[in-house]
Amino acid sequence: MADKQEIDDVTGTDTTGHEWDGIKELNNPLPRWWLWTFYGTVVWGLAYTIAYPAWPLINSATTGLLGYSTRAEVAERIAEVDAQNAELTERLASADLATLAPDDPAHRFGVAGGASVFLAHCSQCHGSGAAGVQAAGYPNLLDDAWLWGGTLEDIEYTVRHGIRNETDPDARWSEMPAFGDIMSDEEIGQTVEYVLSLSGQDHDAAMAEQGMVWFQEQCSACHGDNGEGIRELGAPTLNDAIWLYGGDRETLIETVTYSRFGVMPAWGQRLDEEEIKAVTLYLHQLGGGE
Amino acid sequence: MTQSPASPPSLYVAREPIFPRRVKGKFRTLKWWIMGVTLAIYYLTPWIRWDRGPNLPDQAVLVDLAGRRFYFFWIEIWPHEFYFVAGLLIMAGLGLFLFTSALGRVWCGYTCPQTVWTDLFILVERWIEGDRNARVRLWNADWSLRKVRLRVTKWIVWFLIAMATGGAWVFYFADAPTLAADLMTFSAPLVAYSTILILAATTFVFGGFMREQVCNYMCPWPRIQAAMMDNDTLTVAYRHWRGEPRGKHIKAEGADQLGDCIDCMACVNVCPAGIDIRDGQQMECITCALCIDACDEVMERIGKPRGLIDYLALSDEEAETQGAQPRPIWQHVLRPRTILYTAMWSLIGVALVYALFIRSDIDLTVEPVRNPQFVTLSDGAVRNTYTLRIRNLTAEDRDFRVMLTSEEILRIDVESDGAVANHVTVPANETLQARVYVIARPQDAAADAETTDLRLWVEDVETDDRAGVATIFNGKG
Ligand code: SF4
Ligand code: SF4
Repeated sequence: MADKQEIDDVTGTDTTGHEWDGIKELNNPLPRWWLWTFYGTVVWGLAYTIAYPAWPLINSATTGLLGYSTRAEVAERIAEVDAQNAELTERLASADLATLAPDDPAHRFGVAGGASVFLAHCSQCHGSGAAGVQAAGYPNLLDDAWLWGGTLEDIEYTVRHGIRNETDPDARWSEMPAFGDIMSDEEIGQTVEYVLSLSGQDHDAAMAEQGMVWFQEQCSACHGDNGEGIRELGAPTLNDAIWLYGGDRETLIETVTYSRFGVMPAWGQRLDEEEIKAVTLYLHQLGGGE
Repeated sequence: MTQSPASPPSLYVAREPIFPRRVKGKFRTLKWWIMGVTLAIYYLTPWIRWDRGPNLPDQAVLVDLAGRRFYFFWIEIWPHEFYFVAGLLIMAGLGLFLFTSALGRVWCGYTCPQTVWTDLFILVERWIEGDRNARVRLWNADWSLRKVRLRVTKWIVWFLIAMATGGAWVFYFADAPTLAADLMTFSAPLVAYSTILILAATTFVFGGFMREQVCNYMCPWPRIQAAMMDNDTLTVAYRHWRGEPRGKHIKAEGADQLGDCIDCMACVNVCPAGIDIRDGQQMECITCALCIDACDEVMERIGKPRGLIDYLALSDEEAETQGAQPRPIWQHVLRPRTILYTAMWSLIGVALVYALFIRSDIDLTVEPVRNPQFVTLSDGAVRNTYTLRIRNLTAEDRDFRVMLTSEEILRIDVESDGAVANHVTVPANETLQARVYVIARPQDAAADAETTDLRLWVEDVETDDRAGVATIFNGKG
């Protein structure tokens, strides 16, 4: 800053003495309250870093005098919401789903909560839209075909005990033999032609005729005389448009020869009662519930 | 540059106190009226009742944040109609452009809340502490019982006004009579009290102590306005050619050489910005026109024509100095620029009114479920799912039929509380979400096509009012 004060002739204002390429900065002083406001913000900023977590240390950060933590706050909020929902949760956990009215608050609570349970635990196999994985053995839960039944009761049982798992003695269980050990390739081929005919697909009529004999002998005990399936046994319907592993000739030959063995965990061992009920309600209203 | 041997200048200055003197005149009268009307609008609007039927609030102007509705007399704005608010804001902006290019900072001088409340606070100050001279004396006086008494009385009245200001604000966001009762019984929500306190504090500080500092240092508007004024803008100015050389008109030699300005400082003493308009147009001037009133009074008294300080365009000042006639006011006001602003302003206004009249009181949005795009059913049929949101913008519950039109054969099922139906009931003033299934039988073309166009409709069962949205059906193709 220059020792001498310069007065700009045009404005009559003194200059700060700073000059760039002949342009001098006029000294239009700031109001002093502005300066104090600035100091105020500095003090506030420092006080804030003392009161709240702020300064980074090697492994963590200073915790602040007020002991505030965002995690603790989230935990608190969750506990708060849980407490608010305690009554509904209780009601849902002890409800008989078959008689729970759709406009019951517990029903709505269940459908909404079930969506989260589904995304967290089920979507890995069944897909986030519950459409399963086509032709890969993960059933589509939106359609009207159910291996083990689509009533609320059936779904709840399946969720709770799972399918073909070793952990729950009450798991749903059925097993198809690997017919490759029992039948010749030719016999299997003929059987598959017959199965193709059941769902109205292109097939070799002559082979199918012979296949029908094998089918009645080997398959109908589980899949029914006309391939309509038997739910109690978890045996799929063969005369409809839905195939868990694929309904083309090649896949069917593979299925009959080597059999299939899809499993599902028993969620009763992992989820709370109300979570099981919630996900059951959610699945039932996706469009396929019976 | 002149060199002067003073010490280095200070970078900060304290506020110079300003003691505006009382003034009478046509602009002052106009300003009293504007103050009365604007304050009345602000304080009274929330108390106006407006009957909207049993399901809706009966407050004429209400911002319902929790319910996400804005009520304005017969108009009700939903969040999806926020463009109305955007349109109004654009109109407000263009309106300010228009007024600024025609009349300079007339917003600042007459209607800005900062100006109106400061005016009110100065009025209180004058009642309690006296006019300019008394206030200057009181300012310079040592602290005494009298000074304390006057100051405290003034602050208390200011504070009451400030509380009323903050208090009125919250009534726009809740039913005013209920909230007023709750506030009195200390059972209103915390945010109501904190809002009142914050607004009371800012009113108190801005109106009582900051005053012109808000305009000079905090408000961005005067800088924008400065860029919008030109030589034709009518603004408060001093007729230099007529006033100078100024001097006391004492019967001395050379008195007849003097201009009309008798250097009485009346214009300076009334100025709430604390400036001398005779120095020309200045950043601080809010064009409140009080100096015009003050000067006119003086001119009257000394028998000279009024208008030494006047609403004047820069181009007129120049013309008059050269002895030419100023251009008539309408020529200053009606310029391509102002006409353009007016046209834009009206265009948006007309568009908004039009939009208001054609808007339907049903609103439908359709969101096709894309995960998965379709579901094959056991009989080979193909099903698509859609989420419908139906807004019922009326005050009555309404029954809607849900239908579809398409060139292909498709069936529609509407799900309502777990059961399949073909109609839904949407409660008054609410949005209902419904799931709709559209099914193509295996033999229908839509089942195998890639996509099929269709249109989903909702139709009021009683009035046959309908709303439709086009969407597509995904087949196996
Ligand atoms: S400068 Fe800003 S605060 Fe001051 S009167 Fe104008 S708009 Fe209002
Ligand atoms: S100079 Fe005149 S118009 Fe401008 S703020 Fe002061 S009194 Fe108002």
